[in-house]
Amino acid sequence: MATAYRDMSASELLSLTPPGWGGVLLDGLIVSLQVALLGYLIGLCIGLVGATLKRSGGPVIRDLMSVYTTLVRAIPELVLILLAYFAMPELVNALLTAAGQPRIEINGFVAGVLVIGFVQGAYATEVLRGAMASVPVGHIEAAQSFGMHPWRIFHRITLPELLPSALPGLSNLWLIATKDTALLAVVGFTELTLAARQAAGATKHHFLFLMAAGALYLIVTLLSAQLFRVLENRANRGARHV
Amino acid sequence: MSDRMFLKDLLKPHRIAMAAVAGGLTLLLAINMDWSWMPKYTPDILRALWITMALLAGSIVIGFLLAVPIGLVQVTGPRPLSLLAKTFCTLIRGTPILLQMWVLYYGLGSLFPYLPGLRGSWIWPFLIESWPYALVALTLSFAGYEGEVMRGAFKGVPRGELEAARAMGMHPLTILRRIWLPRAVQRVLPTLGGELILQLKATPLVATIAVVDIYAVFGRIRQETFITYEPLLMLALIYLLLAGSITFAMRLLEMKLSASR
Repeated sequence: MATAYRDMSASELLSLTPPGWGGVLLDGLIVSLQVALLGYLIGLCIGLVGATLKRSGGPVIRDLMSVYTTLVRAIPELVLILLAYFAMPELVNALLTAAGQPRIEINGFVAGVLVIGFVQGAYATEVLRGAMASVPVGHIEAAQSFGMHPWRIFHRITLPELLPSALPGLSNLWLIATKDTALLAVVGFTELTLAARQAAGATKHHFLFLMAAGALYLIVTLLSAQLFRVLENRANRGARHV
Repeated sequence: MSDRMFLKDLLKPHRIAMAAVAGGLTLLLAINMDWSWMPKYTPDILRALWITMALLAGSIVIGFLLAVPIGLVQVTGPRPLSLLAKTFCTLIRGTPILLQMWVLYYGLGSLFPYLPGLRGSWIWPFLIESWPYALVALTLSFAGYEGEVMRGAFKGVPRGELEAARAMGMHPLTILRRIWLPRAVQRVLPTLGGELILQLKATPLVATIAVVDIYAVFGRIRQETFITYEPLLMLALIYLLLAGSITFAMRLLEMKLSASR
């Protein structure tokens, strides 16, 4: 196809239908957001379990959690991504073969979600541990003395009370998750950044498409910050404003 | 005193057991895995390590020097400058650094040849290399994040100290040099270690624009030897050691600064 990209205007290049590349960018954005959201949710689950273990687990478990958070905070995400894309599938399949199971295919999407979740989990553990420490013990003991079920204590008392101090950190983590998905471009997973790179390479309009991707990331960041501000106001309602 | 406390913490029975398990595991890996590629690539690894550290140190020093005015104008004004600094921080913090690097290298880099007069100027030899783009991207990123931190630090210095200095008739620049800046730096020191490690974790991105840093070298080793695990583990270990030494150095620095108070 010999489309004359060189003579097309910016709006034609960015249009959502071919020969414009806008649709490719938007598809990339959707994939990025899906990976970020799933990874973020996995990270929150790991964080909740990790924070609970760090507060109430035995000495060995507590130290193991520290090893996990320290490792993730010290090793670059890019190295972890390489491990997840090249070492993990091989290891999983070696274990499966040893157990007599058929081999499985781990695709880029799953590996990406797992890496983001693994990284987010370490940071979320620290955020939630700090927030849990801010919940007064007396409130939880009062609930226990009423015979409340632990799950009910969690969602009626611990969760609402830890949210105000956890939300700024959690908002920050979400922003990190959306930006970390860009790193998956390095292993050839087509999310927003790599989509922009492909569009740039095909049309030779490098600056335009990379800036367009930047604008999309910025919109996501600004909207998310706004959303988290609303959530924070909601979580803080009833709190005294000093 | 603190050293003895540290040793006692380390010598708890479960920690000794865990250290023994970890040591045994490491020994097992060291013996059973294939490390025969190491001697051949050691010179390359050392050279690349030097590049990683140079990029890290350069971007931190220049980035911090930029962060000071970026943080300061957001507190003192004038309004246009403060708005500009704020926009810069939002742009840097709102987009992935990988994309920023690519915008500079592929985006701007593809536009430079069309600028008249640039080809003959002294700056051209730098523009056709890739490391200046890497250094600029890392520096701007650090300046953006640290500028925001410095804004908070400048704002957090107690008013009274600045007013006292003003009452003594100090020149505004002297106040900045003697009181405002040192007090602000003191406030950011505890978080600076974390920021430096985040910056270290951003350096491997330069491998995507053809700078041969430590990450890129291990990529080459993996391609040439077809070994999956060992190079990746060694790479992770190197980053761990670098991060560990940053943490250690920052703790020393903090101890030294707090002791002199």
